[in-house]
Amino acid sequence: MGANESGYIGQSLRRKEDRRFLTGAGQYTDDVTLPHQTHAYFVRSPHAHAKIRSIDTSKAAKAPGVVAIYTGGDLEGVGGLPCGWLITSVDGTPMKEPPHPVLAKGKVRHVGDQVALVVAETRNQAKDAAELVDVDYEVLPAVTNPVEALAPGAPQIHDEAPGNHCYTWALGDKGAVDAAFAKAAHVTKLDLVNNRLIPNAIEPRAALASHSASDDSYTLYVTSQNPHVERLLMAAFVLGLPEHKLRVIAPDVGGGFGSKIYLYAEETALVWASKRVGRPIKWVAERSESFLTDAHGRDHVTHAELALDKDGRFLAMRVNTTAAMGAYLSTFASCIPTILYATLLAGQYTTPAIHCEVKAAFTNTAPVDAYRGAGRPEATYVVERIVREAAVEMGIAQDEIRRRNFIRTFPYQTPVALMYDTGNYDQTLDGASELADVKGFTARKAEAAKRGKLRGLGYSSYIEACGLAPSNIAGALGARAGLFEAGQVRVNPTGSVTVFTGSHSHGQGHETTFAQIVATRLGIPVDNVDVVHGDTGRVAFGMGTYGSRSLAVGGTAIVKALDKIVGKGRKIAAHLLEAAESDIEFKDGKFTVAGTDRSKTFGEIALTAYVPHNYPLDKLEPGLDETAFYDPTNFTFPAGTHICEVEIDPDTGVVEVVRFSACDDFGNIVNPMIVEGQVHGGLTQGIGQALLEACVYDPESGQLLTGSYMDYAMPRADDVPSYQVSTRVTPCTVNPLGTKGCGEAGAIGSPPALINAVLDALAPVGVTHLDMPATPHRVWQAIQSAKAAA
Amino acid sequence: MGIAISMTVNGAAVSAEIDPRTLLVDFLRVNLGLTGTHVGCDTAQCGACTIHLDGRAVKACNLLALQANGAKVTTIEGLAGNGDLHPMQAAFKECHGLQCGFCTPGMVMSAIDLVQRHPGADEATIRAQLEGNLCRCTGYHNIVKAVQQGAAAMSR
Repeated sequence: MGANESGYIGQSLRRKEDRRFLTGAGQYTDDVTLPHQTHAYFVRSPHAHAKIRSIDTSKAAKAPGVVAIYTGGDLEGVGGLPCGWLITSVDGTPMKEPPHPVLAKGKVRHVGDQVALVVAETRNQAKDAAELVDVDYEVLPAVTNPVEALAPGAPQIHDEAPGNHCYTWALGDKGAVDAAFAKAAHVTKLDLVNNRLIPNAIEPRAALASHSASDDSYTLYVTSQNPHVERLLMAAFVLGLPEHKLRVIAPDVGGGFGSKIYLYAEETALVWASKRVGRPIKWVAERSESFLTDAHGRDHVTHAELALDKDGRFLAMRVNTTAAMGAYLSTFASCIPTILYATLLAGQYTTPAIHCEVKAAFTNTAPVDAYRGAGRPEATYVVERIVREAAVEMGIAQDEIRRRNFIRTFPYQTPVALMYDTGNYDQTLDGASELADVKGFTARKAEAAKRGKLRGLGYSSYIEACGLAPSNIAGALGARAGLFEAGQVRVNPTGSVTVFTGSHSHGQGHETTFAQIVATRLGIPVDNVDVVHGDTGRVAFGMGTYGSRSLAVGGTAIVKALDKIVGKGRKIAAHLLEAAESDIEFKDGKFTVAGTDRSKTFGEIALTAYVPHNYPLDKLEPGLDETAFYDPTNFTFPAGTHICEVEIDPDTGVVEVVRFSACDDFGNIVNPMIVEGQVHGGLTQGIGQALLEACVYDPESGQLLTGSYMDYAMPRADDVPSYQVSTRVTPCTVNPLGTKGCGEAGAIGSPPALINAVLDALAPVGVTHLDMPATPHRVWQAIQSAKAAA
Repeated sequence: MGIAISMTVNGAAVSAEIDPRTLLVDFLRVNLGLTGTHVGCDTAQCGACTIHLDGRAVKACNLLALQANGAKVTTIEGLAGNGDLHPMQAAFKECHGLQCGFCTPGMVMSAIDLVQRHPGADEATIRAQLEGNLCRCTGYHNIVKAVQQGAAAMSR
């Protein structure tokens, strides 16, 4: 496909990265093998909460092939894993940050907590030896539910966090909210559980660490979404290594969804041990380890109230949420149910007053952190569930109550800190209604009823905030990291281009999308552009990929670098063409003296920069290689409406998603095919949460009951329909590309659309409430309870 | 304790002495360096390790290498001939049926087997037949399209 007038922008180019993935030539961490590598296996706690009386490794040490065994006591001088966001409680005290040891010290706090590292010649030998490590545990009572964890008398997980309390945080004007409720014509109240999820990237986490004696440096291959952040945290905060002595490479990564953002104990232990062992060490998680130890998502318990006037206009919202942190604070755990949650509670609506209080609790479970959407799905679920309830209670149509409350004037300052720059919520609601053929729903419902089936339609008009920024404001809110991105454009002497980006691609297709931007701007074939990412040894710096930020923030950093390239090219062209720099125009790959036919091609300029014989050496450095860092001035605000249609068999409780329509506004779009793919994937994860997935711990023992694909219901091909998706565009005003981000929208908008559809279908049989996931068992029970109550 | 096995992998005869408990997937990945076949779950649930054993799609994490003794094995590396993608590989690229690429080799191997068993399969059949392969990225929408397009190309 060639470039048209707007270059490659807006074209569904097939992906540059696909050939290697389709032929088995991808290089994932477990595909990398180093000479003389050893293999690691972790001894993990079988208990949710226990004291470690003693660890005897003597028998294991004598097992065949064992190279070394390490326990917490061996890690002298090694720090704990840090949390990257400080949340301050309403009483002004900082959140409780108990130690998060790389290997357990004295106590274990969740099933799967790592107790010892066994290194052996082969994976099987390491595993066999691990079984011989004798750990004497004194089992303690456990608590896995965040509300129960905060109740008086709950088992105490950390000495540093009395009552398992991490923080109590609030946002919004409580006085204004109370005043608005006092004069409300109608108040809708709702209790909600946002079910805990296990991310389940299909590639399990893995690491391969090695130490070079020649220059005392380390190399870590790891399944990471943000290798530079991983390096910074591990080197500076945990192992005390000089940052330049640690190279982190995240090669091809098989999905992340948030779970590979974090600094984990396993790779940290491997880097530490690699110098002591003197050989490379590889670890690959088994799927059961992924279930037990990958950071989980969601796990909120919420009470919400919405105040309305007599016409169904929202006056105020009050939200109280208890959020689980798990046994330890994962890298960004603390900011998810606060900064990325409460700030989204205005949704697409003009609600003038909102107050949200969040209590965070430690629990004897895997840590909870960002999972696709990260706080924003939880907020959207609260808003869109309660809006539906209010509409039902007041007898207002679902689309009508939304339209009565839509924000239509931009920029718009919400009462929960965000400033929406642009949007048009009517047009995405219109678009979704068309796709969903809402007009034909009554007939379809009647037809289904003839077959004894219940049909329902559910709406969700979501908003999200992507490209978390700017760094200084985030810093004032507790962020301990910057939120910029880096991009480097290296023009090679022959005019081909290598782009180095701090964004990481693990399915998002950056190698194609970013190349489209660069090729368009420089007027060169897209095949002449390669994108490099995921290697601290090659890429200048980067904050990585999370929060749908790659194009809006990482893409803009590349645009800024391109500006510098074109600016320098103009200077070189002015010299060659003996014209004033201000007279040089750059278009379609040519630098031209305005109003003349005198020009130099981009390739000629590149060659001149590297062979500077006729060159203004007194004024200009040779070479054509520019780096830019971009720190956005605001979030971006993708938004849209999702409409779900379900059909329920009342005899079995089985819910079938018969139609799912999504109309989204992601701002300008570079590659529509990739954007649609992101939406499809997000929708399926959201439908998975609403229909199938639930992480369940036994409340007594704290054992994970959903620890395999036999017990944890992942969406499979026959659980979901083909989707109907479309987009509308209001260009983002924050960045020069006008893009907003599309990676998480599907997972944010879809859960309430599905549950609202289920509740709509079940309304005739008297069901008024249901928590996710809407499994056949749960739906059938709800129907039976409603019948019994009638 | 080693035991001798031999088989044909992607058209080439291979033989080795292995630990009898070696899984077929480890034999392919570690002994033969064919890392295109992936391990996603170790319990035969996710399908990332799907290969063809004597023409049938099987999950290589759930077989001992010994069980493939004397068999004809095809992995994702053996599909493309003379540098051209197999029609199913080409369809996955054309339809954007892959994102992170990790489930892709298994998905493609399953899809080819599916089409051989159900030529002209409709969407419902394709979805039901892909039940043994998990994908967390694509939402299956474009995989289903790719299988339909690949099936049409294979029948030509």
